[in-house]
Amino acid sequence: MKSWKLNAVILLTILGLLLPAAPSVFAAEKTVVIGYTASRTGKLNVEGMRQIHGLNLWIEQVNAAGGVKLPDGTVVKFAAKDYDDESKKERVQELYTKLINSDKADFLISPYSSPLADAAAVIAQQYNKIMITAGAASDSTYKKGFSLVYQAYTPASRYLTGALDLLGKLDPAAKKIAIIHEKDKFSTDVVNALKAYGESKGYQIALFEGYDSGATDFAPFINKIPADANAVMGGGHFADTSTFAKQLFEKGVKAKMVALLVAPPEPKFAELGDAAYGVIGASQWQPEAKYSAEAAKKAGIEWFGISVADFDKTYKAKFKEEPSYHSAGGYVAGLIVEYAIKKAGSTETAKVKKVLDEMNLMTFYGHLKFDNSPKAHGLQVAHEMVYTQWQKKDGKLVNQIVWPEAAQTAKAINYFPR
Amino acid sequence: MQLISSLTDGLLLGFVYGVAAMGLTLIWGVMTVINLAHGPVIALGMFGTYLFFTHLGLNPYLALAPVALFGLLLGFIIYGMAVHRVINAPHLSSLLATFAVNMIIIGLGTAIFSTSPQNIDYSLGSMQIGFLTIPFSRLLATLGAVLFTAALYLFLYFTRPGKAIRAVANNRRAAELMGIPSSQVLALSFGLGTMLAAVAGGLIATFFPFTILSGGPYELKSFVICVLGGLGNPLGALLGGLILGGLEGLIPTFMPVSWVPVVEFGLFVLVLLVKPSGLLGAK
Repeated sequence: MKSWKLNAVILLTILGLLLPAAPSVFAAEKTVVIGYTASRTGKLNVEGMRQIHGLNLWIEQVNAAGGVKLPDGTVVKFAAKDYDDESKKERVQELYTKLINSDKADFLISPYSSPLADAAAVIAQQYNKIMITAGAASDSTYKKGFSLVYQAYTPASRYLTGALDLLGKLDPAAKKIAIIHEKDKFSTDVVNALKAYGESKGYQIALFEGYDSGATDFAPFINKIPADANAVMGGGHFADTSTFAKQLFEKGVKAKMVALLVAPPEPKFAELGDAAYGVIGASQWQPEAKYSAEAAKKAGIEWFGISVADFDKTYKAKFKEEPSYHSAGGYVAGLIVEYAIKKAGSTETAKVKKVLDEMNLMTFYGHLKFDNSPKAHGLQVAHEMVYTQWQKKDGKLVNQIVWPEAAQTAKAINYFPR
Repeated sequence: MQLISSLTDGLLLGFVYGVAAMGLTLIWGVMTVINLAHGPVIALGMFGTYLFFTHLGLNPYLALAPVALFGLLLGFIIYGMAVHRVINAPHLSSLLATFAVNMIIIGLGTAIFSTSPQNIDYSLGSMQIGFLTIPFSRLLATLGAVLFTAALYLFLYFTRPGKAIRAVANNRRAAELMGIPSSQVLALSFGLGTMLAAVAGGLIATFFPFTILSGGPYELKSFVICVLGGLGNPLGALLGGLILGGLEGLIPTFMPVSWVPVVEFGLFVLVLLVKPSGLLGAK
């Protein structure tokens, strides 16, 4: 009896030792560690969590599909290593250094938001690691001479300008615009570009004011909006912008158009009820987007990865929530790494960098191409924004794409009169 | 015109600030404890109203009653567990004890509710008086604030436990010698203080979205208000709240909004220098 037990133990031990080594008989397997910090808590947590969800979905799918096969037969699989940055810039540099030194991260994904990504970019460059930024739209990060940081989002300078084009269509007589924005790096970049664009189009910027991050009372600003302003634009991130939208409604603002940053494309924005109705948002991506392999072929651009419908379906199935552009941004950041490793046939920084510099790619998330000039290296130059608006369909709030016209799912309506 | 509408908005908000500050000032006035758990209790009040509204479908204004009761009980618990033993120790001990409670509530709250902003989707629309647009939610919050202040005043001046609280605030030793059970009175004061904080949170939740971290700014404002109005004086706290709310409404019409804290805290220092007992403070 005793010897039978002993034999079983020995057999199991040998099997246990052999099993992990077994695949190596066929091909060497390499695990590439994708390191990032995420805003699991703190003021950026809504956007941050969606970004993580998107990235995790990519990792799960790429590994399930057998990873990436390199020309030398090595199979590359991916694993994520992340820390909570608490939405705080101060935590980011310490954690990215830890990711690189202790956790041996091979590639980096940025934290959510421009200030945090900006802090992480310094560390990525210092340690010669490639970092794909998601949720970091500020232009300035890419004008600091970094050569290994690549932007997946449409930059801030092109974020809200399309809404002005839409306003021109909605109300050709519109003249006055009020801009109220969060005083952080990203929102300031956006509205500065918006102001310049508006003035070049002959609009009068009747109000241009910033509020502190974390503001909750917007009444003082709303009282300052001239009664004859045709449009109210600006906002910042989810928490403050949704409060702003709610108070705009309560104070009965009579502008034809209200176009705000970040919050309106998030499905959670609909919790505002009537206050969400008519609000336009600038989105990096929507589930109704029409990017496809066929469209890419027609445009003569290479296509890579999952289709829009599959992303939407698998994301919903896994997380039981609607994907937002923040989710898509997380996924595509991983997809870019996958594409670059595959194309380079290597995981070496220099080789992967060469691919990224020359990349011109269509994905479910849209067209991606990076500026490779030393002046603005890594800046996203191809990806386009879409503008969404909360409208009512059978009494329920639905988010429709209203601009550009080519992607429209519904015609834009006035915010006021409603 | 813009001035008047900004001032109205500010003053309406000021009433709610006043309620939050009354909680803080009561605890300080009676037991000279600086309650650093004030902010998180305000946030819990917000979540209390939110949970009653979303899960039980209770009107957020009716939900204030159970939230108040919950605040009172929470106050007893915090007092019994963290404050009672250090009440006679140097100030730093009670400060640290309440700070620990602050961290515990925030930590638990973050784990349970995460830090996503929550919102009570209950809109009453707004009222139009000439050029003034006043959201009903703010008007009702003001009404609630006034009612709670009145109730507190009646309680403190016309009931036995209320009188006992004032006696203990005035001179604990003497009150004890008169047969007033001081630890019960202290627990009651702490309970009332946290109750006011929870109610203020519940009122704020009806018009601003919030997270578990949202109590912080109101706690800070409460300190300024307490000093303005006179530490330990509930009516002074309401007055201080109105002044602060009015300033917050008015300042942004003249200058960039980042100047608001400069003026607020400038006033804070000025009051400390010129009239350290506050506007309505005891001599």
